[in-house]
Amino acid sequence: MAADTVISVEGVSKRYQLGTGTRHDTLRDTLMHRLRGLLGRNRAAGGERDFWALRDLNFEIKRGEVVGVIGRNGAGKSTLLKVLSRITEPTSGRIGIRGRVASLLEVGTGFHPELSGRENIFLNGAILGMSRAEITRKFDEIVAFAEVERFLDTPVKHYSSGMYVRLAFAVAAHLEPEILIVDEVLAVGDAAFQQKCLGRMQSVVESRGQTIFFVSHNLKAVEHFCTRGLLLEAGQLTMDAPARTVVAEYLRKNAVRTGKARRQLSDEMDLEELSFEPATATLREPVTFTLTLRARQEALIHDFHFFIHNSFDDRSAVIDLRRGEGSRTLAAGRQLRITGRIPRINLVEGGYRIGLCLRTSRHFGVYPDLTSLQVAAGPAPDGFLPIPPEYQGTALIDYTFDDRVS
Amino acid sequence: MSAPAEFNADLPTLVIESGRSEAHYWRDVWRYRELLGFLAWRDVKVRYKQTVLGVIWALVQPIVTTGIFTLIFGKVARMEEQVAVPFSLFVLSGVLPWQLFSAALSNSSASLVGNAHLISKIYFPRLVIPLSTLAVALVDFAVVLVLYLILSVWFGIYPNWHWLLLPAMMLLALLVALGAGLWLTALTVKFRDFRYIVPFLLQVGLFLSPIGFRPEFAPNRAALLALNPMTGVIDGFRWCLLPAEVPLDATRLLISLVMGLGLLLGGLWYFRRTERGFADVI
Repeated sequence: MAADTVISVEGVSKRYQLGTGTRHDTLRDTLMHRLRGLLGRNRAAGGERDFWALRDLNFEIKRGEVVGVIGRNGAGKSTLLKVLSRITEPTSGRIGIRGRVASLLEVGTGFHPELSGRENIFLNGAILGMSRAEITRKFDEIVAFAEVERFLDTPVKHYSSGMYVRLAFAVAAHLEPEILIVDEVLAVGDAAFQQKCLGRMQSVVESRGQTIFFVSHNLKAVEHFCTRGLLLEAGQLTMDAPARTVVAEYLRKNAVRTGKARRQLSDEMDLEELSFEPATATLREPVTFTLTLRARQEALIHDFHFFIHNSFDDRSAVIDLRRGEGSRTLAAGRQLRITGRIPRINLVEGGYRIGLCLRTSRHFGVYPDLTSLQVAAGPAPDGFLPIPPEYQGTALIDYTFDDRVS
Repeated sequence: MSAPAEFNADLPTLVIESGRSEAHYWRDVWRYRELLGFLAWRDVKVRYKQTVLGVIWALVQPIVTTGIFTLIFGKVARMEEQVAVPFSLFVLSGVLPWQLFSAALSNSSASLVGNAHLISKIYFPRLVIPLSTLAVALVDFAVVLVLYLILSVWFGIYPNWHWLLLPAMMLLALLVALGAGLWLTALTVKFRDFRYIVPFLLQVGLFLSPIGFRPEFAPNRAALLALNPMTGVIDGFRWCLLPAEVPLDATRLLISLVMGLGLLLGGLWYFRRTERGFADVI
């Protein structure tokens, strides 16, 4: 490793086995499988499929670089971060890391809803790798940064989502490791606060030569914040260049996806269906949406909204799905189905990505880019060319006007 | 803010490779001791958030168990005639270590799956999680111990120097519980139905441990009973708490110690072997 190299990745691959018939979640299944094998009735032999989440990655990161990793869902971004953070080990290859690493893969990891803001600062700080002395020293600064002074002794389950996110970020923003690994977390929180966090990280980079490894769907943040970009496609590194160049290439390649989404969101929730109809909507026409969740285990939903991002990953709108007392309880196996209607889709024409934010008593889940929506221009006033979308601004307002020449 | 630290080119390089055993594992566990403390503190804090309710919960189970055992073993099976001290105190002196063991075992067995969200998001030596769960068992134990002390003085049995060895007996109970707990918690990550095995084990163990009787009163089965690692632990507790009643049986203690160490070393081996895959399957 060269003197100023802090991360070196050599030939790193990661394989997951998508077992059909070979991986067993219960002892009962394993025993039954063995038994069937003994009786010679094992039909499902060799149904195992390998999935390479990462394939032969090679790169080096130098001290003080701010690296943005971009790629579509499933391209291997999160796996790469997990391997670098030592959460999971690579199947092959070698990684060298020099310096203290802190990773921030989720907002408020380990926050306990019953504990107060004060207690959670200490707990979360310790989980992120800060010492008690370090947390004590930075405590006032963290509290001021999060702007939650008045609610320090309130259990965080009573916090609004905004406060919760600010507190979680504030702790994370005060980490000062040599290498900071950050996942998607900036997708939540209000824009001003995001800026504040980015600003703080930037100053740490400049003053201490910290290295940041950053995964985001927010291309604008990557473009402004990162010095270098890595583009991952199907587990392979397809581009390693200045961030601006990589973002442009990604935008060029990445057509908006449409359709229904179906995936496991967390160990307590499955997304069974998410659709916006029609997938290509006409400006100012109605759009309907359907969301079906199924609980894998009992879950208490605190906060719940869709967020809609445009192709530059600026947030354009949210659809707030909170209801009643602000919480819903789902018993294991129960389904929650939400159908809704947007009477007029007032979005500037273009492609939009729709994500879901779902906070339960145990998880703060942000799932960007679950489905998408294309908005097409309606008819232009008679005989005129439509105004190009980039001139239309950010909001579509309804208006009427009269004119009279005198 | 702290002063800008100078980048140090001599910082040690951490190497991550498949199957590479962590050279600094134990140093890492030590480095994460504060996290261990915080996780333990979190569990205790949440359990005793409402102090009175917390204390009541810690007391209900041992009191009920003591009541039932006093009735069944004392009155029905007439064991109380063979014990000089008040029978309920005798039973409680056995329930006390059993409670410590069973809480430590069931908490540590459930710990990894219960903290899945941490395991899939943050690196730390996973051993910290089962270790931290011992704290709640210890706090619950302390609550019951106070009850025992009050009862003991009420019945006119005062602590003597044997009490000083109580911590050693507690360690022995935790050793056995953690040894078994490490096996069970790692196995539960892979085989989710192991979680149903733990309550069953504990239920069987409750009756196969000399809580409502003394091992000597079942002469034909005494050897068999001694194979239960909790036999020696409960005996040791009684020697500390009821000095006039129970002599120290070194053989039983030694059996417990050897079995406890065996379970712990085996448990550590299996835990370490499977630890790196936890995040992939949890």
